[in-house]
Amino acid sequence: MVMFWVTLLAVSILIYLLLDGFDLWIGMLFSVASDESRKRAMMSAVAPIWDGNETWLVVSGVILWGAFPVVYSILMSAFYLPVLLMLAGLILRGVAFEFRNKAERMRWIWNASFAGGSLVAAFVQGLMVGGLVEGLPLSDGRYVGGEFGWFSPFAVLCGIGLCVGYALLGACWLVRKCDHEVRDQAYRLIPYLSAALLVLLIVVLVYALAKNLGVMARWLDRPYLFVFPVAGAFAAIMLAASVHRRQDARPFPMVSLIFIAAFGTLAISFWPYMIPFSITIEQAAAPHSSLAFMFWGAGLFVFPLMLLYTVINLTVFRGKIAAPGDHY
Amino acid sequence: MDITALLLSRLQFAFTISFHIIFPSFTIGLAAWLTVLESLHLSTGRPAYRLLFEFWLKIFGVAFGFGVVSGVVMAFELGTNWSELSRMSGPIQGPLLAYETFTAFALEAGFLGVLLLGRPKVAPWFFLFSTAMVALGTTLSAFWIMINNSWMQVPVGYVLENGMFVPNDWTKIIFNSVVWSRFPHMLLAAYLTGAFCVAATGAWYLLVGTFTAEAKIMLRMGVYLAAVLVPAQIYFGHLNGDYVHQYQPAKFAAIEGRWHDEQPASEVLLALPDEATESNRYSISIPVLGSLIGSMSLNSKEFGLTDFPPQDRPPVLIPFFGFRIMVGCGLAMLALAWVGTYLSRGGRLERNRLVLWLTFLSFPLPFIATLTGWFTAEVGRQPWTVYGVLRTADAMTPFLTTRAATISLIVFCAIYSFIFAFGIFYIYRLLRAGPVGRLVLPPSAAIPTRPLSVVHATSVADALQIPTRE
Repeated sequence: MVMFWVTLLAVSILIYLLLDGFDLWIGMLFSVASDESRKRAMMSAVAPIWDGNETWLVVSGVILWGAFPVVYSILMSAFYLPVLLMLAGLILRGVAFEFRNKAERMRWIWNASFAGGSLVAAFVQGLMVGGLVEGLPLSDGRYVGGEFGWFSPFAVLCGIGLCVGYALLGACWLVRKCDHEVRDQAYRLIPYLSAALLVLLIVVLVYALAKNLGVMARWLDRPYLFVFPVAGAFAAIMLAASVHRRQDARPFPMVSLIFIAAFGTLAISFWPYMIPFSITIEQAAAPHSSLAFMFWGAGLFVFPLMLLYTVINLTVFRGKIAAPGDHY
Repeated sequence: MDITALLLSRLQFAFTISFHIIFPSFTIGLAAWLTVLESLHLSTGRPAYRLLFEFWLKIFGVAFGFGVVSGVVMAFELGTNWSELSRMSGPIQGPLLAYETFTAFALEAGFLGVLLLGRPKVAPWFFLFSTAMVALGTTLSAFWIMINNSWMQVPVGYVLENGMFVPNDWTKIIFNSVVWSRFPHMLLAAYLTGAFCVAATGAWYLLVGTFTAEAKIMLRMGVYLAAVLVPAQIYFGHLNGDYVHQYQPAKFAAIEGRWHDEQPASEVLLALPDEATESNRYSISIPVLGSLIGSMSLNSKEFGLTDFPPQDRPPVLIPFFGFRIMVGCGLAMLALAWVGTYLSRGGRLERNRLVLWLTFLSFPLPFIATLTGWFTAEVGRQPWTVYGVLRTADAMTPFLTTRAATISLIVFCAIYSFIFAFGIFYIYRLLRAGPVGRLVLPPSAAIPTRPLSVVHATSVADALQIPTRE
């Protein structure tokens, strides 16, 4: 039962990373796009699906609370200011979708809030992952680090890393959904972004390994775990090939694979800890009556339905969006 | 324990959740009404329904966006500011919120894109289905939230183990009478909010003399629905009073403004309760009515606030006045709905400018009633977060500093005021523009099944410089 919820949590976080990842980056690139038609094309590439994508963040949050309440309460209270910033960013990003179309003279405000909100949210999410990997100061199951106990250069590096990762996802989504200049511009960016991402990923991994020798031992004990980094490397090669051949549909799944590989590598490095080296999954798990209640309804029946909604939504809005000229 | 951080956290939660509830209570009703409109359009083919649908859909889009972004905040705020509550009640409230997210948010989010932007891409039946699914999602969301909040009001079905509320009877948690009087109360509040907003818009157009055909439909549908729903709402409100009377005597005494035990008890209609002297000033009360309302008897003994030690009493002023404002709004809505329904026979309603004005001005009433009702319920629950078991002061994040709490409160206030100001302005502009597609309706013979193609709506909207969402 505990395993089931860990898996579901991991899947939800991963779906969130992949789906909202490209939304957020498109927000960030938005400030760079110069003319209105490009902006519109980019916005249209995510407008119908962003709400569904953001829902996966809430899904991850509530699974964490319901199945691992101790972890939820520690993480949320420890990351008080980062969570606040993330929420502020997500609010400003979210309302921009609706407001931008309604605005006349004030449109620049919503352009700024779309871009700024996306950037802040993405950076802070990476920051929190970094802080968690670095290790939170805990005592007796409670956070004792103060307002900035999570802050470290490594956390900042992770924040930048996630921005770059999201940027790559976003570029690949634009390649898939758009035509003409927007697509070509995205194509030009992909090589730089992927190079930067790979460098950052390697730095993060090496740092994590150097800091915690236990992690290294885990890897050496179980060589089959190397399937994740290897899959990541394979995806990177495929990505380069597809960009080279201008296969519009291919880059996005390949970058997704890189994300999955990086996520899997990270998760396995710290298994079975949920908060590295202080709270394990078993210790954090909610009582059986809570897990079972969620399992027999939400987990077993509704979760597959949620995946189905996501697929339906992506299917309805599949394919290239109309060229900026015909788009109204 | 820092009392200031506690106060700031309470203010922040009160502010963010009050802001949030405005939008769901509007969109739950609106989503149901959109489903009705789309069904009517598909079954009758009348273009007016389609126009109204497109018109209200734009407003729905803005309000729904507000609901989503302010709702995401709630899901995290419980952990940031109330980490002790979230650790202790996580095993119960967490799964309930998980059910809300899984059954409701995902459903809404999955079909919202189709509803807002997908009409040209899907078959009509699937579009109607998507609309209905969004409406169902909003309703389910309210359902799970009411279970969650009802558990905090009247905690049942748990044992306390290792400092956690461990559930041992989920059926009790979900299927208890408190939930089933409070959930309908909230749902009816949402439907009434939708009904009054729609009726008020209709009245406004009739007063100005534009869009009269659509305005008549809006006015009548809103008023008729309210005429049926307000009495039902008053009945469920009474059931809510019964649960408070039974399980939360201190809150009941605060709402009633009753300081001392009385037998038979009188009912204070209006007064200025004074916590310092434990008495009411300028009191207007009716003898015996208090016993009748509380226990349906002429001679029951009703408890007063002084039965409870001061540290276990809720603040009195907010529940006392909140409740009276809510009831006042309810009675005003009842009067308006019934007068409107009576006048609508023979078409006098559309010509009676006084009633039209009153209906137009009535749109804040359901919002005020919903907010004051929640103030009564939540402030009346104090000093407890989980009634009788966990005090609010003990529920807070123990190490939260005043500085962090100040920053977050300021950030939320600033962002919410900013987006609220623009949101209200954009909604106002959409309402003022009205169902614009009407201007380009082709002759009725030319519109067999799809009376208004998107192209028409768009070209006219462009010509008028009115932003459309397509």
